[in-house]
Formats: sequence, structure tokens, C-alpha cells
Amino acid sequence: MRRVNKDERTRISFTLNGRAVSGEAESRMLLTDFLRHVIGATGTHVGCEHGVCGCCTVLIDGVAARSCLTLAVQAEGRAVTTVEGLAAPDGALNALQQAFQRHHALQCGFCTPGILMSFTDYLARNPHPTEDEIRDVLSGHLCRCTGYAGIVAAVRAVSAGNSKQPS
Amino acid sequence: MNVRSQSSGDFLSQALGIPLVRKEDPALLSGRGRYADDLPVASGTLHAHVIRSPHAHAKILKIDAAAALALPGVAAVITGEDVRQLTDPFLIALKAPVHQWSLAVEQVRYVGEAVALVVAESRYVAEDAAELVQVDYDPMEAVTDPLAACDKSAPLLHPACKTNEISVRKFAYGDTAAAFAAADRVIALTVDYPRLSFTPMECYVVVAEYRPHDGSYDVLANFQGPFSTHPVMAKALRVPGTRLRLRIPPDSGGSFGIKLSVSPYVVLAAIAAKITGRPVKWVEDRAEHLAAASSGPNRITRIEAAATLDGRILGLRLDQLEDYGAFLRAPMPGPLYRMQGSVTGAYDIPNVEVTNRIVLTNKMPASLIRGFGGPQLYLAIERLVQRIAVELGLDHLDVIRRNLIPAEKFPYRTAAGALYDSGDYARAVATAIGDGRLDDLKRRRDTARAAGKLYGIGFAAVVEPGMSNMGYLSTLLTADARERAGPKNGAVSMATVNIDPLGGVSVSADVTVQGQGHQTVLSQIVADRLGLDPADIKVTLELDTAKDAWSIAAGTYSCRFSPGTAVAAHIAATRIRGRLAGIAANQLNVLPDDIEFADGQVRSRSNPDNALPFGRVAGTAHWSPVMLPDGMAPGLSETGVWSPPELEPPTSDDRINTSLTYGFIFDMCGVEVDPVTFSVRVDRYVSMHDAGTLLNPLIADGQVHGAFAQGIAAALYEEFVYDENGNFLSGSFADYLVPTVSEIPPLEILHQETPSPLTPLGAKGMAEGNCMSTPACIANAVADALGVKDVSLPLTPLRLHALMAGKP
Amino acid sequence: MKPRRFDYVRPDSAEEAVAVLAEYGDAASVLAGGQSLMAMLNLRVAEPAVLVDIARLKELDYIRVANGKVEVGAAVTQNQLKDWPELGGRLPLLAAALPFVGHFQTRNRGTVCGSIAHADPSSEIPLVLAALGGEVVLRSQRGTRVLAAADFQRGVMTTARAPDELIVAARFPTQWTRGVAFREVARRHGDFAIIAVAACVEDRNTLRIGIGGVADRPAVQHAPISVAADAKDMFEKLAQELEGYDDLHASARLRRDLLRRVGPVVVEEALRCAA
Ligand code: FES
Ligand code: FES
Repeated sequence: MRRVNKDERTRISFTLNGRAVSGEAESRMLLTDFLRHVIGATGTHVGCEHGVCGCCTVLIDGVAARSCLTLAVQAEGRAVTTVEGLAAPDGALNALQQAFQRHHALQCGFCTPGILMSFTDYLARNPHPTEDEIRDVLSGHLCRCTGYAGIVAAVRAVSAGNSKQPS
Repeated sequence: MNVRSQSSGDFLSQALGIPLVRKEDPALLSGRGRYADDLPVASGTLHAHVIRSPHAHAKILKIDAAAALALPGVAAVITGEDVRQLTDPFLIALKAPVHQWSLAVEQVRYVGEAVALVVAESRYVAEDAAELVQVDYDPMEAVTDPLAACDKSAPLLHPACKTNEISVRKFAYGDTAAAFAAADRVIALTVDYPRLSFTPMECYVVVAEYRPHDGSYDVLANFQGPFSTHPVMAKALRVPGTRLRLRIPPDSGGSFGIKLSVSPYVVLAAIAAKITGRPVKWVEDRAEHLAAASSGPNRITRIEAAATLDGRILGLRLDQLEDYGAFLRAPMPGPLYRMQGSVTGAYDIPNVEVTNRIVLTNKMPASLIRGFGGPQLYLAIERLVQRIAVELGLDHLDVIRRNLIPAEKFPYRTAAGALYDSGDYARAVATAIGDGRLDDLKRRRDTARAAGKLYGIGFAAVVEPGMSNMGYLSTLLTADARERAGPKNGAVSMATVNIDPLGGVSVSADVTVQGQGHQTVLSQIVADRLGLDPADIKVTLELDTAKDAWSIAAGTYSCRFSPGTAVAAHIAATRIRGRLAGIAANQLNVLPDDIEFADGQVRSRSNPDNALPFGRVAGTAHWSPVMLPDGMAPGLSETGVWSPPELEPPTSDDRINTSLTYGFIFDMCGVEVDPVTFSVRVDRYVSMHDAGTLLNPLIADGQVHGAFAQGIAAALYEEFVYDENGNFLSGSFADYLVPTVSEIPPLEILHQETPSPLTPLGAKGMAEGNCMSTPACIANAVADALGVKDVSLPLTPLRLHALMAGKP
Repeated sequence: MKPRRFDYVRPDSAEEAVAVLAEYGDAASVLAGGQSLMAMLNLRVAEPAVLVDIARLKELDYIRVANGKVEVGAAVTQNQLKDWPELGGRLPLLAAALPFVGHFQTRNRGTVCGSIAHADPSSEIPLVLAALGGEVVLRSQRGTRVLAAADFQRGVMTTARAPDELIVAARFPTQWTRGVAFREVARRHGDFAIIAVAACVEDRNTLRIGIGGVADRPAVQHAPISVAADAKDMFEKLAQELEGYDDLHASARLRRDLLRRVGPVVVEEALRCAA
């Protein structure tokens, strides 16, 4: 049984974008704060800290989740993927990122990392979603800048591109 | 859509006016943005948490921080008393004893008002300590309804003012009495615009440091401008402007007007840094943001028209009561006066009387918000025009067209003094309804109605101002008072272009980043002048008041980029181009007039083989200043300054050209009201825009989509709700409903480009339009669907339920 | 918006989990998906001394069919169940309701049993559990007991769970697979319902109707189809009985009117679907 007492700081380790990371935190520290301020991976954003906006979405063992509703200690031993893990090591954007640029799917870009992570999970499960399915997944995110039109267009373009490749 | 990639390396001979994808995006898409909370802070930085009032109106009897201070890790608990000793109240635009500090002093006036600041080693500990701070209040009666607040018996927010209605100004343009006497009918309406905000996804962030050796403050904040607020902050801190260095981070998670109001927290964090002797960081959380950051002002407008039987409007009367909440923060009451010149909207109405009233209530202070007075005004005008049609038995669209300013009258001086630079409104309307679009809407309506459904069509025609005259707010004062205070007018824009010895071009400018793609557009403008690829232009927009060129007009607000800063960049690049042409002409042995810039070369137009690489020419300016052509100033740095002469001060009879450019928007939509679920479904929405020349159509459409979504939000979803005791009921994103993609209907965007003759690029401001037009258009459509007169926004199930009471 | 301090324990078995609950009683909160609890912790409206994290307990991560019921373990997420291939065939009413539960991202973590434990009066899963006459399995060091949904949910966010008990599973009866319909009215897609109505045909003669969001817990009605066919009167009566309540988004009156209007639509859909 893993136990962290309230007054104790504990070492928390997991893999982040394929690399082992580790840091010290209290039991109550949110995964958002741990990623951003302990590890220094600031690509994951915080928009509400009560699970509504989706800015903080990351993958935990490949599954999209709100990191503001996750304790850092809950990520122990897991594989966490964040927006920093999407592009190739040389910085080349992946197909989803490129589509976001091409379709002007971002303005301030604050909501964008979370949205990219949701669709990274979803498109892996369903490479050719319908527009309704895209909208359903996107409805778990708030974006104040774009009115969502470009985001839907970008994901549609990726799914159309997916259909050309053998799956 | 034909989109060219700027990273593809293919050369763009015409960099401007094309839908170039954004240079901002690769970093933002890779998690490499540099938002305020991402930036490194000095070691030893403390973290602050604000304790806020649970009461709408109360005296603060006592604040006991002993237990909090005893908690390990707590550095300080700062209260209103500290603030009163170390700072002055914020200056306001009105001569009235409305004193606001960065923390409540002696009493609180709205739920969420900052009462104390806990500074500790981490945010977690600061929040623990906040729970240990004991604040004793003596609650007082509160007033939240703006009409009730005007009543003599209402509790006073600022007793020294002796009233809550702290300003009443009456304006008369033309002969409105004669117009009403000549009218066939007078048609009147009262319209209520709600309180809402556009809640950027990133909240406020401030990091402040105090430098005791010279008594200065160095503050990083995601402030958006206008920088007319900088002197307000400096004065509050009792320092000259040079001792408040304000730095704006390279990226910002949206603003929409809201991040002006981080300014009180700049002052608060600054004195916290002084008191603790350590850098202090504060990151606002969402609950604080919703309760206390900023709201658009709610407004009650009583409007009436003098109309002829065929729907011609001869004169207008407006009585606008605007509710600014508990304080009037500079530069308020902007929303009430920003539209003063265009108070007659898109219509040719020569006579108008306006009464502007400001009332204070026990709600969070109101301030800038995208649309900035437009939504409130156009809901009133456009609802009135629809009522004129209904009451006179005319077609709504006919009434609109009958009153639109005719194309031949441009440039057009409105009754209240605005100079509408260009437009062809009738053509825009004709295009929008053409191609069967209106016929389709009517067909949808008829089919739906035949099936017993509640379907309506709405229209809205609005004028969208761009780049504010810094003098408009002085219309708030009487002509005499203005005379005494000295004239205020104009709007200065600045941008700087630098070229390094290898020919690298960098640009900085007086805007703050919020997501509008300014880096991309500035790179297009400068590349266009210098014959380069926009990808080669480095644009850095992290404004630093200690080092950058700025004026009080600086910042990103009121659509000032396209008519303002873009022009300044164009001017700077053009000047540098002239200098480089002179150098190259010398070296190529041609006349400067024969020089052209293309393909990364500076060359002879008549003999393109006679060419120098761009970098070589730039290198000459750096390495051989002595050999420059006679009379040419050395150095390759130019700051373009743009100050259009049309932005004159208010006249003695209160006429004011409130903005430089005036775009036009015509919207139409069909909606169905569902009598089972009491909800509105937008069936089809068409939005026609004329914003002059488009600098980047991809970005322009993005702005329209974004403003449209906010317009839908205002029409159907978002509202800050207070109960009659001033309790705040919209304190989380589960209560304050920001639309998701499921709630935003499809939008068809059309453009017409009537260049502005007043800006060298022909571009007008264009990013706020649908915040102004969409709420009115939806309200008109719902009024049409239900056959009702009074339509309050947002049209929630509760409101629709009330509107439909008694209907099957 | 940061949580207060708490002890965190992650037991390796349900047995360990109930031991911790026995030790701490109502000072403990069970953390499964955390989609409601974590938000409450961040807002400091909940103050547990200890969090018992059961999300990783393999023994609670199962969906099994037994005795005419689908039993869903406490570690099963809403999306796991939604994506379970047999769901549509065995529990069509739940399949119809699950897409309305939160969003893709919250369903990825939110658990079926967590939603039942949270007992929000307008939440979909407890409504379906009640409408189908399901059960909740509770385990403590004192033993295991099974409560009918109607006995489990007691009021607004109150249940019959004793402080030392762990919800280990929920059981959804599978006998009614014909003639189901589910509708809800919410402000936005994915929000808690203002009202929700679920219906399924029990047999040739009767219809089961579940109503969420109007009373302090799901209301379940069995109606002869002959009566239900003329549903207007029935929902009129239900609206009067259940009264409704006021909140920011809806008044009691609006809730009653919504029920009067949505109810018959759902009944009609269920009957049409059965035919
Ligand atoms: S920050 Fe996590 S959902 Fe908003
Ligand atoms: S791009 Fe700004 S919030 Fe989505």
C-alpha cells in the first residue's frame, strides 16, 4: 500500500513523453502544478482547475484526462504524454499540429495543447471520425478565441488524410 | 482555401493580403509558448493569494492575521491599511470621490472584492494561511439593480458622492424636437443588455519585484493596454512612470479587453514585493476571475424613434443608463462614450439626443470587453428598427435599407461627429441577401411555420469603429471642463524596424500579444516593403515600457492594430527601404527611383541583373557609415509613428470623431425556438463584413469566427448573475456557461473590401464586429419567431419559458 | 484553488481499502476517477483527512454478466462501459444515456460507481440504475451488503453508504432491452441535466419511467402502457407530485413544464422503439 502523509513530501516518478522524470511533492499537489512547476513542462496549461475547460488535458497511459483533476502522486509509474511530446525530436510538427496551423485552429494557443492531446487519444481509437464525433470530443474543451470552426476543420483534414494511409 | 505556407521557402512577391499561415503557431502547437506563468522567476519568489469579500456591502471591522502569520512559510498578510499607507487611490476619468485602492479600505462593495493578500512560499501554503485570516464584517444593505440604485432611498456605495448616479450628461445633435414633431409615429422600446465577460482561458498573472536602490518596481504582467493606464498605476504607487517598468510576456492566453483590469493587481503585487523584500508572483484562479476580474457593463437603454409611415427615421432619442458596478476604474466609462460619434449606427439620421448616465451598484467593477459599447448600443438600435417594421407593418429589411447611409454620401459625417471614412452599405446588404441566401431563409421559415414551428428571421446592420480617438472619453466632461483640462485627441501608433549587419530584419511594435496573429501580419507588411519572405522577418512583441517606443494609446484594444500599428510598421519599413535604395543606387550606379526590392535582392528595375543581395546593402550601412550617400542619416533602425489628423478633439458642441475607421457588418439569421426544451437553435447565419482592405484573410476570418462565438455566447448563454442581495451566483464554469463547439452554429462569412482612404494600407479595424451584431441579430430573430417585443439576453430556457408563458 | 492537505493512501486490494475506511470512517474519501471529488478538493469545499485511491484496483476493474445483471466494478470508467461491445445489446437504456455523461475526457476517468456514489439528482447513471431497478454492492470489514438503487440514493448527494463501506460494484438488470428511450435537457452539451427522462418497456403491459433533475433523487414510475399511451395526464400528475426545485439554470416551474413536454416525447419514442 502506497501511503503519503499530509505533512510529508514524497518523491514521485513517472515517464513523461518517453523519458523518466521525478520530483518531490506533497500528496496534495496537482499533476498540473507538478508538470509545470516541478518538472518545468509548461506546455500543459491551466484554465479552470475544476475540470471544465480542458486546457490541462494530458494522456495518462495513452488516455486523455484532465490533469487538474489528477494528483501528481496518482501519475506514479504511469506514462504521461503532453503536448511537448507531439512534434518530432527535430521540431517537425506532426500531422495534427500541421493541420491546426493550416486551418487557423488556434489564436492565443492557450487551449490548444489540451485539444491536441484529446484528439491524439481519440484519433488513435477512431482514425476516421465523423464531424459529429469530432464535435462531441471537442465539446470537452473551451476555446474563447476561435469559435471552434478551424479546429473542427483541422481534425477533419487529419481524418481525411488518415483515410489515405493504410491503417 | 488557398493557403500558402511560409515555411515552404517559396518566395512570395506579394506578401500582403494573402491568407498566410501564422508564424506564431509552431511554437504554440509544440508547448513552447511563453505565457506569463511559464516564465522563470527569480529564486526566492513568493506566491500570493487574495482573500476576497463574501459580502456585497459591508464595513470591515477587523482583520486578524495572527494565526496565518504563525503558519510556517507565510511571509506577510497585507491589508487595506497597508495599501492606504503605501499607495494612492487610482485616478479616475470623472471628478467624483470614488476612491479605489488595490485592496478594500474600510469597507467592501462587491462579492469578490480583494480584502487582503497573503504572501507565502507557495500558493498552496498561501491558501492554507488565507483560511486562518479572520475578517470581521458588519454587513450593510446592498443594491444591484441599476434602476433601484438611482433611487433616492438606495444605499450609497460612495456616500461622499451623495448619489449612486454619479454622472448624467445630455447631448443634442441636430433638431431632434422638430424631427419628433414632424414624425408620423413615435416608436419606443426599452432594452436591457446583460453583464458578461469573455473570460480568456488564461487568467491574470503578475510577477513584481521592488528595486530599493532607486525605489523602482519591475513588473511582469499579462496586461493588454491601453497604456494610458500605466500612469494610473505609477501614480497609485507614487512613483514617476520610469520607476514602474512594466513588461508584457511574449504570449498571452487571450484577452478580449479583460486583461486591462489586471492593473490593480500590478499595484498590489508591487507593494507586496516592497513589503516583503522579495519578488512576488500572483496567478489568478478561475473562481477569482469569474467573481472579480472584470465584466462588461450592463446597460438599460430607453430608445425612441421619430418615424415616417414608410419607416424613415427622422430622429432618435436615447437614454442610456450604464452600470459600472462598485467603482469607476480608468479608462471607464469607455463603453458608454466610445460609440458616441456613431450613436446613429449605420443609419442616416441627422437628429439625435442622447442622455448618458453612469450608476454604481454592488457588483464587480465593469470595464473593457470586446465590442466595447457596441453590443449595448446596437441591441437598442437594431431592436428598435425591427419594432418600427412591426409597428408600421413594414418589412424589416426594407426599413433597414431605407435608412442606411447611401454610398454617395461617403465620407459621411454623422450627427454626433464621427467621420465615416468609406462604405457601400447597400451593396453589402445586396450581396449578403443575394445568391438565394435570403430566399433560402424565407423558405426555411415558411416550411417550419407551416409545420407549426416557431421560426423567425433576424437582421442586424452595424458600424464597427476601429482605433479609438484618445480624446473621446473627454466627451464625458462639459465643454468648459474640457477647456480647463486641456484638449485630448488623437491616437499614436508606433512600430520599429531594425536591420542587422547580415540583413536580418526584426520588428517590434506597440501592441500586446493576445492571439490575433500580429507577428504574422507585421512580417507580411515589412516583407512586402523590403522584397523579402515574411518567414525572414523576426517580430518580437514583448512590450517593455523601459525600452520600447510606446504612447498612451499603446496596447491591443478597440481594433487599433490594422488602422494603427500596421500603418506605423508600414511607415517604418518604407523609410528604411528609402535608405537602402539610396545606398544601393550608389553602388549599382543607378538612380534611386530605378531601385526595386524583390527576391531578397535590391536591384535595378530596368536591368534586374544589376543587383545586390539585400544583406550586402544592409551591411554597407553598418560597416561603412562614412561612405553613405550625402545627407543620409546612418543606422538601420526606424521607428514609424502614425498619428492620423482626423482624430480631432470634441467640438464645443460635443461632436466627436470617436474612431479613425468605420467598417460595416450586415448579419442575417434564421432561428427556431423549441417549445419542448425552451431553447433556441440557430438554423442558418450569414455575416457580411466590409473592413476595408484585408491584410490577411485567413486571420480576418478567424477573428470573425471568434467574435461570432462570443456574440452567440452573449445572446444565448453567458451572464453574471447576482441576486438582489448582491450574492454572486456565477462563480464557476459550471454556472457561468461558456459555449462549447456544440453550441456554436455554422457561420457563413462574406467580405466586401471598400478601402479606407484614411489609412495607407486601406485596412480598418475588424475584430470586434460580431460581438456587436450577433446579439442583436439573434434577439431580432427570436422576437420575430415569438412575435414578442421585449427580448432580454441571454435567451436562456428560463427567459424563453417566461416569454412563451401562455403559448402552447 | 489548491486542495487542503490530506493523507493519501493507495491500497493494493479492496480488503486494504475497507480496512482504511474502517480506520478513518467519515474522515476518509474514496478517490476513483476523481472527476467530481478532485474539483471539490480544489475548491476547498471538501476536507477529507485521507484519500483512498482505488483507481488501480484490478479486482474492481471488471464488467461481468451474471444472474440477469451486468455487474460493473468500482474501477470501471464510464468510457470503458460505453465502449463495452455488449452494452448496446444488454443495456440499451444505459447505452443511450452514457453519451450524455460529461465529456469524452471526463468519461475516460470518471467511474460508473463514482457517479452513483456522488448521487447528484440530475446525473444520468444513477437515473438509469434507478429506472432499471438496479443494485449497489457495498463492502466493509463487517461484510458485504446489496442495496436496491431506490434504497441507496437518499437525497441530494446523500446515500445509504456507511462511512466504512466501499462501493465495489453496481448491477444493472438486463431484462428490458426493447423499447427504450432517453432524453435530457441541459444548458450545454455534457452539462448536468436540468431534467432527464428515461423510459423502457417492461412487458406487454407496463412501462418503466425514470425522471432525473426534478426531485432530490431519481423518481421511478411504473405505468400501464394503456395509461402511458396518453402520457400527457400522467406527466401532469408527476409534475405536480415531484414539484421540482429552483437553481440558477431553471425554476421549479420550468422543470415541471419541461417534464410535461419532454416526458410524453420520451414515452412515445420508447413505444415506437418497442413496436
Ligand atoms: S484546467 Fe483542468 S479542466 Fe480546466
Ligand atoms: S486559441 Fe485562445 S482559447 Fe483557444
